[in-house]
Amino acid sequence: MNKDLLSIDDLSREEMESILATARKDFLDLSRRDIKKVPTLRGRTIIDLFYEKSTRTSTSFELAGKRLSADVINVKADSSAVGKGESLKDTVLTLNAYAPDIIVIRHPHVGAPAFIARYTDAHVINAGDGKGGHPTQCLLDIFSLQREYGELQGLKVAIVGDILHSRVARSNIAGFRKMGMEVTLVAPPALLPRGVETLGARVSHTLDVLDDVDVVYLLRMQKERHGSTILVPSLREYIARYCVGRRHLKRGQKVLHPGPINRGVEIEAELADSGENLILQQVEAGLAVRMAIMYRIIVDAAALQDTAGARAVQAVAD
Amino acid sequence: MPADQVGRTIVRIAHEILEKTEELDRLALVGILTRGAYLARRLADHIGEFAGREVPVGELDISLYRDDVAARGSLTVRSKLTQPEVRGTNLPFDVDEKIVILVDDVLFTGRTIRAAIDALFDYGRPARIQLAVLVDRGHRELPIRPDFVGKNLPTSQDERINVRLREVDGVDEVVLEAVRDE
Repeated sequence: MNKDLLSIDDLSREEMESILATARKDFLDLSRRDIKKVPTLRGRTIIDLFYEKSTRTSTSFELAGKRLSADVINVKADSSAVGKGESLKDTVLTLNAYAPDIIVIRHPHVGAPAFIARYTDAHVINAGDGKGGHPTQCLLDIFSLQREYGELQGLKVAIVGDILHSRVARSNIAGFRKMGMEVTLVAPPALLPRGVETLGARVSHTLDVLDDVDVVYLLRMQKERHGSTILVPSLREYIARYCVGRRHLKRGQKVLHPGPINRGVEIEAELADSGENLILQQVEAGLAVRMAIMYRIIVDAAALQDTAGARAVQAVAD
Repeated sequence: MPADQVGRTIVRIAHEILEKTEELDRLALVGILTRGAYLARRLADHIGEFAGREVPVGELDISLYRDDVAARGSLTVRSKLTQPEVRGTNLPFDVDEKIVILVDDVLFTGRTIRAAIDALFDYGRPARIQLAVLVDRGHRELPIRPDFVGKNLPTSQDERINVRLREVDGVDEVVLEAVRDE
């Protein structure tokens, strides 16, 4: 891995496979032990910096850090000096004075993780930046799919919903394609980003295409990001055309959703409660995958430094 | 150490374990991945044969418990990661109150054994932990001593002991090699 994980594009397919293998081998079964903790990052400091509301991502990162025995500090924008007008740069410079090893950041603006990486020596992990990307979500989704389907090459997935505002869609289109999957986007034209044809995915405006795919990936309608623009004529019409229920599914077709779900909007309640969705498996995967990412980002960097050190010693000897 | 000697040594250790263990029903063998796990399996088979009862066997992956994770000098960690092992810890029995014999191929600094003891304690509270190794090459850096030793092989720091086992390497042998300068 590189120093930071800012985008899913930072990882090659081999690196993704390797991180997921670590998650599978070392961390997935940890929850079944009485002592759900390993000493691997003992003494390390991790700061989770969240400028947006989040339940699963923030709890998942916090628990992942704690189970690796690191000291974890949570900074939430609404209860910190950010509310007093401190800039992102100054907040990060302040936190950097504690010499953290990893800073996890969730921020409403695209590029915030890359921006703060300039002001800290810590490894920066993007936990969602506006409409930009959500690389750890992408990895945990691929992990969940691998557990369900095994080999992903050639697997067909439809991503359905508010693609325009979705960082998850952005990361997942790239990540799924990197794993050899075929991606179809399903949304009304107004909820697709401009230049959607350059993303390397098929586009459809109706749920009929679900017949042709193996997996359905649902996205939440992000009304809070729509602002004053009216993108969907009426929610009722959207639900009539795009809300997915069990009746849309074929045998063996599974449904994923990054959460939080809006019952009755993008997913029918009956489907949300059925064994056909992998939503809770995704949450479980999130913990193991985030432990693997934090472990590898530290260990790989140390090994790299070590190789550089060995080379320097060798150079002096020569 | 040629193949037949490796085989005889393992048989002898199995006999010693049997001789020194009073409560056989509490005995369990735990091999440290990778080669320790194969040795543990073989020891358990022998003990099972001699005593006429199955001995539980487990495998322990200590990579998360190493003391050099993320520290300088961790090149070994790197090489482990670039070829990720498919096998992780697998202890198909309750560790509590067991007499656990840790099994490894080579005992050197003792740091691996320290990590293995820590790992084991996160799975339960064994009544006793003992250590069986095929080769003890000396140079301990921690106060750890083996209870069952196949062979004491005095070495210098810059020599390397290569244990090869037929399960992974196609052949049983123990070879002492001088580390060549790269």
